[in-house]
Amino acid sequence: MMKSKLLALAISAMLLPVAGSALAQGKISGDVVKIGVLTDMSGVYSDLGGQGSVTAAEMAIADYAAQHKPKFKIEMVYADHQNKADVGSNKVREWYDTQGVDMVTDVLNSGVALAVAKVTLEKNRIMINTGAASTRLTNEDCSPNTVHYVYDTYALAQGAKAVTKAGGDTWFFLTADYAFGTSLQADASNAVIAAGGKVLGAVRHPLNASDFSSFLLQAQASKAKVVGLANAGGDTINAIKAANEFGLTKTQTIVGLLTTIIDIHALGMATTQGMMFTEGYYWNLNDDTRAFSRSYFAKMKKMPSMLQAGTYSAVTTYLKAVEAAGTDEAGAVMKKLKETPINDFFAKNGQIREDGRMVHDMYLVQVKKPAESKEPWDYYNVKAVIPGSEAYQSMALSRCPLVKK
Amino acid sequence: MTEIFGIPIQALLGQLMLGLVNGSFYAMLSLGLAVIFGMLNIINFAHGALYMMGAFLAWMGLEYLGIGYWQALLVAPLMVGIFGIAVERSMLQWLYKLDHLYGLLLTFGLALVLEGLFTNAYGVSGQPYQIPAELSGAFNLGFMFLPKYRAWVIGASLAVCFATWFMIEKTRLGANLRAATENPMLTQAFGINVPLMVMLTYGFGAALAGFAGVLAAPVIQISPLMGSHLIITVFAVVVIGGMGSILGSILTGLGLGVIEGLTRVFYPEASATVVFVIMAIVLMIRPAGLFGKEK
Repeated sequence: MMKSKLLALAISAMLLPVAGSALAQGKISGDVVKIGVLTDMSGVYSDLGGQGSVTAAEMAIADYAAQHKPKFKIEMVYADHQNKADVGSNKVREWYDTQGVDMVTDVLNSGVALAVAKVTLEKNRIMINTGAASTRLTNEDCSPNTVHYVYDTYALAQGAKAVTKAGGDTWFFLTADYAFGTSLQADASNAVIAAGGKVLGAVRHPLNASDFSSFLLQAQASKAKVVGLANAGGDTINAIKAANEFGLTKTQTIVGLLTTIIDIHALGMATTQGMMFTEGYYWNLNDDTRAFSRSYFAKMKKMPSMLQAGTYSAVTTYLKAVEAAGTDEAGAVMKKLKETPINDFFAKNGQIREDGRMVHDMYLVQVKKPAESKEPWDYYNVKAVIPGSEAYQSMALSRCPLVKK
Repeated sequence: MTEIFGIPIQALLGQLMLGLVNGSFYAMLSLGLAVIFGMLNIINFAHGALYMMGAFLAWMGLEYLGIGYWQALLVAPLMVGIFGIAVERSMLQWLYKLDHLYGLLLTFGLALVLEGLFTNAYGVSGQPYQIPAELSGAFNLGFMFLPKYRAWVIGASLAVCFATWFMIEKTRLGANLRAATENPMLTQAFGINVPLMVMLTYGFGAALAGFAGVLAAPVIQISPLMGSHLIITVFAVVVIGGMGSILGSILTGLGLGVIEGLTRVFYPEASATVVFVIMAIVLMIRPAGLFGKEK
C-alpha cells in the first residue's frame, strides 16, 4: 500500500513539470511581453538606428497598448552593442537568461546580427532584425527564430539594375574593404550584369578613409558612366563630398548602394541632387507614412530612417502575432508571424517567408534639386517601386537549409 | 601615354598632388602636436577632438550666426585656442612634473568627453558645409583638375606651417619659448613669465588644430568622430618625424601624405596601414625619429 502511494507520488512529481510546460505554452510567461532593442547608441551607425530605434520601439509599444488594450503587459529594454559581436551576444544572452526578454530587434551591424541569431536560436527566442544588411541572415545562417525585416544587400543592389536599364550601363565600384562592402559589390555587380551592363573595375578603400579624392580620380579615369559606392555611413558621405568637389557628378552618375535619408540630410541637397539609390521607406510617400513620421519627428527632431520606421513596424507586427498566438513561446509566435501578411504604413502585403525574409516593396529614389523641395526633409522623387518579388532574392536561389526544394 | 609600373604618368602626377593636400593636413596637425610636446611635454591626445571642434565651430557659426567661411577661419581657431588655454589652466598645468602617461590619459579622456558631447548633441552623420563660392571650381593643370579649394588648402597650411616654424626658430619670442623649455627655472630668473608662455603655447597648438578643422570642414564629413579617425595617423607622423621636432613634423607630414597617395594607386587596401609600416621601419633604424635628437 505504502509502496504504491509512493510510486504514485513519484509519477505525479515526474509529470508535474511536463504539465507545467504544456500549460506555459498556452500563456504568456509572467504575463509580460518583453522586447529588447539592441543597437549602436554612440558609434558610426547610431544615427541610422540608435536612439531613433529605441524611440520608435517605445512609440510602437505605447500605440499598441492604447489601441489594442492587450491582457499582457509590454516592457522594453535597450542596450548599446558598440558594434562588437561579443558585447552584443553577451547582452542578449543576459536578457534571455535573467530578464525574460522575448524578442530582440534593430540589431544593426551584420557581424553582431549573426552572433545574436545564434544565441536567439539556442535560447529559442525571436530576433526581428531591422538593421543589418547581410543576406547571410536568411541564407547560410538562416534560423527558424530570425526574421529579416527591412532590407538586405540583395535588395539594395536592385537599384543598380534599374540604373543600368536606364542607360547607366558601365560601372566602377568604390568598395569598403570588409565583408559588408565586398558582398554589396558582388550583389550589385550581378544586378548590373543581369541588366546587360558591364563592370569596368573597382577599388577597395579602408574603412573610415577620410580622404576619397585618390579613389575618385581612379573612378574618373575608368570613364565608367556610373560610380557605385559599396560603402556606408561616413565613408559614403566623404566619397560624395569629394565627388562633388572633383566634378565627377558632372560627367558620371553617383549611385550610393547603402544610402539613407540620414546621409542626404547630412550632405545637403546641393551636394547630392540627382543621386539615385534604393530605400526601404520614405516618410513622404503617402498619408500613412507622413502620419507616423511626423509623430516620430515630434520626438526626435528628425525624420526616421528605414531602420527606425522598420523597428516601429516590426514591434507592432510582433505584438499582434503574440496576441493572436495567445503565447510568447517563440515557435507559436513565429508560426503566426509567417502566416499573417503585414499591412501597415511601412509595408503593403509584406510577407515573412520560410527563410525569415520579410518581403516588401522597395523604392528607387532620386534626390531632388534644391528648388524642387517644398519643405525640410522633402528630399526624394520616387522613380520606381520595386515589387518585393523582384527586390528580394527568389526562394529558388536560397542557400538556406530550412527551405525545402 | 608614358607609364610607370603600368600607371599612366598623368594619373601618377594627379595622385602626387592629392597626396600633398592630405600631407598638408597631416603637417598642420602634427605641427601642433610637436609644438605642444616639445614645449610642454604633454602627449596631446585631445588634438583630434580640437580639430573636430574647429570644424564644428565653423558649421555652428554659419548655421546659427551666419558667420561665413572666411570669418570662421579666424574666429573658430581663436575660440578653440581659448578653450585650450582654459584646459591648460584648469587641468594640464598640474601634470607637467608627472610622467607623460598622466597627460596622455587626461587628454585622451578629454577627447572622449568632447566627442561624446558632440555626438549627443548632433549625432554622427555630420553636417553639411559648402565650399566658399570664391574657391569653388577647379584649375586645369593639364594632368588633372585640381579643385581650387584643395589648392587653397595646400597654400594656407604651408603658410601657417612656415610662420610657426619661423616664429619658434627665428624670433625673440621663439627663443624665449625654447629657453623656457630647456631650463624653466633659469628662464624665470631672467624675468620671463614661463607659465604664461606655456599656457599660450598650448592655446596656440589647440588653435592650429582648430584651423585645420575649419580647412577640412568643406571637404570632410563634419562628424564628432572625424578627429579620432585621423589622430592615430597624425601621431604616427609625429613619431616618424621625431617627437617635438617642428621642421620634422612638417616635412614628414607632407612626405607621408604623398607616400599614402601613391599607395592608393598601387595597392589601395594598404593605404591605411602604410604609414604605420614606415613608422615601424623608422623606429627600428632611428628610434628618435627622422629629425629627432637622442636625449
